[in-house]
Amino acid sequence: MVTIVEPIAKPASRFRFVLDRREVLGSLFLAPAILYVLLLVGLPFLLAVYYSVSAYTIYDPSWRFVGLANFEQIVRNPVFLETLGNTFLFTFGSQFLGLVLGKFGALLLLRPFPGRKLVRALIILPWAVPIALATVAWEWMFDSLYSVVNWTMIALGIITRAEAPNWLGNPHLAMLCVIVVNAWRFFPFAIVVFLAGITSVPQDIIDAATVDGAGFWRRNYQIILPLILPIVAVGLIFGIVFTFTDLSIVFLLTNGGPINATSVLGFEGFQVGIVSGDVSHGAAISLFMLPVLFFVVIAMLRFIRQREI
Amino acid sequence: MRRVIANTFREVSFFGAVGLFVVLTAFPFYWMLITSLKSNSDLYNVTNIPFWFNDPPTLEHFRYLFEQTLFVHWLWNSLIIGVCVVAITVVAAVPAGYSLARMTGRKGEALGIGIFLTYLVPPTLLFLPLSRIVADLGLQNSMWSLVLVYPTFTIPFCSWLLMGFFKAMPPEIEEAAIVDGCSLFGAFVKMAIPLSLPAILTVVIFTFTLTLQEFVYALTFISSSAQKPITLGVATDLVRGDIFFWGEIMAGALLASIPVAIAYNLFLDRFISGITGGAVK
Repeated sequence: MVTIVEPIAKPASRFRFVLDRREVLGSLFLAPAILYVLLLVGLPFLLAVYYSVSAYTIYDPSWRFVGLANFEQIVRNPVFLETLGNTFLFTFGSQFLGLVLGKFGALLLLRPFPGRKLVRALIILPWAVPIALATVAWEWMFDSLYSVVNWTMIALGIITRAEAPNWLGNPHLAMLCVIVVNAWRFFPFAIVVFLAGITSVPQDIIDAATVDGAGFWRRNYQIILPLILPIVAVGLIFGIVFTFTDLSIVFLLTNGGPINATSVLGFEGFQVGIVSGDVSHGAAISLFMLPVLFFVVIAMLRFIRQREI
Repeated sequence: MRRVIANTFREVSFFGAVGLFVVLTAFPFYWMLITSLKSNSDLYNVTNIPFWFNDPPTLEHFRYLFEQTLFVHWLWNSLIIGVCVVAITVVAAVPAGYSLARMTGRKGEALGIGIFLTYLVPPTLLFLPLSRIVADLGLQNSMWSLVLVYPTFTIPFCSWLLMGFFKAMPPEIEEAAIVDGCSLFGAFVKMAIPLSLPAILTVVIFTFTLTLQEFVYALTFISSSAQKPITLGVATDLVRGDIFFWGEIMAGALLASIPVAIAYNLFLDRFISGITGGAVK
């Protein structure tokens, strides 16, 4: 008799015991990750905020509180205002270009054809390869003397050697170059995101729309696009956040020049805070990214929640 | 007949467009390859056709890169940094992802999103305070500073990825193990981990590629050549004064790009389903 009763009683009590411990074990499992993030993201973040309202430089590491004086000085500096404008132009220009190319590329890759796997592998390269290395290749392609772009245009008879542009030496062209390189880097990611979205749309919805008489454009922009908007929004968060705060492309391709024409927030923060050692002003410049980051993330999160497909 | 022509036209323009995209994405890498194999006299002659060899190809740049520069050293640095960061990330992110996946209700969801959002806190906001912290720990100008700092973005990212994978795994599997006499921790070690090995492998590969791709922290913390990881070394250290060693730079960039490109392609689908997992149900 006892042997029959016991197996029933034992799991019940053990299950209760386990339920008690589940909370403990769950917190224990989370602790290392959360501690790491708190100590090396949370704490530095607070430190950055404090730097921006102090007079801290590497030559005078005092923690004297100066209020918003750093911000005032920065905002009055015309170079900073140019930097701010450049950052927006750089971010939205390259994201727009990237999204357009991405949508178009996704449409192409949707159709099965021989060698599609290989084509996809080649198209993903700009996103996969470390951007610093790819940027160096672009720098070489835009070289003032040996530019392959210019060589091709001369060979095609579009321009003569005398009027060959100095891509990275002209303020407007330099801006165009950093935008193009960044769009080049992001559009493969956009393609992959669009593809993941489109393939997740149930085929019967598309079939139903086709039966109801929706043509190619209608299917694409009134059926599929609204359905994949949440996934595209997530992709766009990544794109905007990483571009808005980027430093490597500008640092390697133009070094902010010519005459600050391509300077962006991340780069300026680096120049002032690290290179010149004026930590407090550098931190204040970097903090100008924060409102945009908050806005983008909150808007997108809300947007994703509302869609609920 | 008209239909045949229209069809052919459509096919040609389709493959033409595909070809255009491939050229757009792959040309810079072809450019690395061809530059790295050209002799200097070929490279620096504006009248030569740049797309192909005018002089016979040479391995001179690769030889110089391996023998006269710190390239091999950088390779080792990157490998050591990568392995250490992967170890830290796996130890912290696997239990965290599991815990987040099994947490029920709003709290779990909020914590998950919170951890993920820290991934979006940019290096260019944190590098100033972090460089001070790194200096206080005596790690300035040392590659170990990167081992310390890189998990700040790999842990959140990988916890999020793993949370998605663990959510897809039915909890009944562990419950069965618990009923059979396993402790809760035992069920995690003996059931959840073996079953999620493919996911953990994905995380390992992606953590490694993330450490190779990172540039901002490396640039900020490390100035001595011998401590640089490969990406930073190739991008900033092969320039003497104003002279760029383009052959060597392109050779180094190519060699460092290839493994990342291969790893990325193998694990791309898992990666995408991971980061977009929260958005599509």
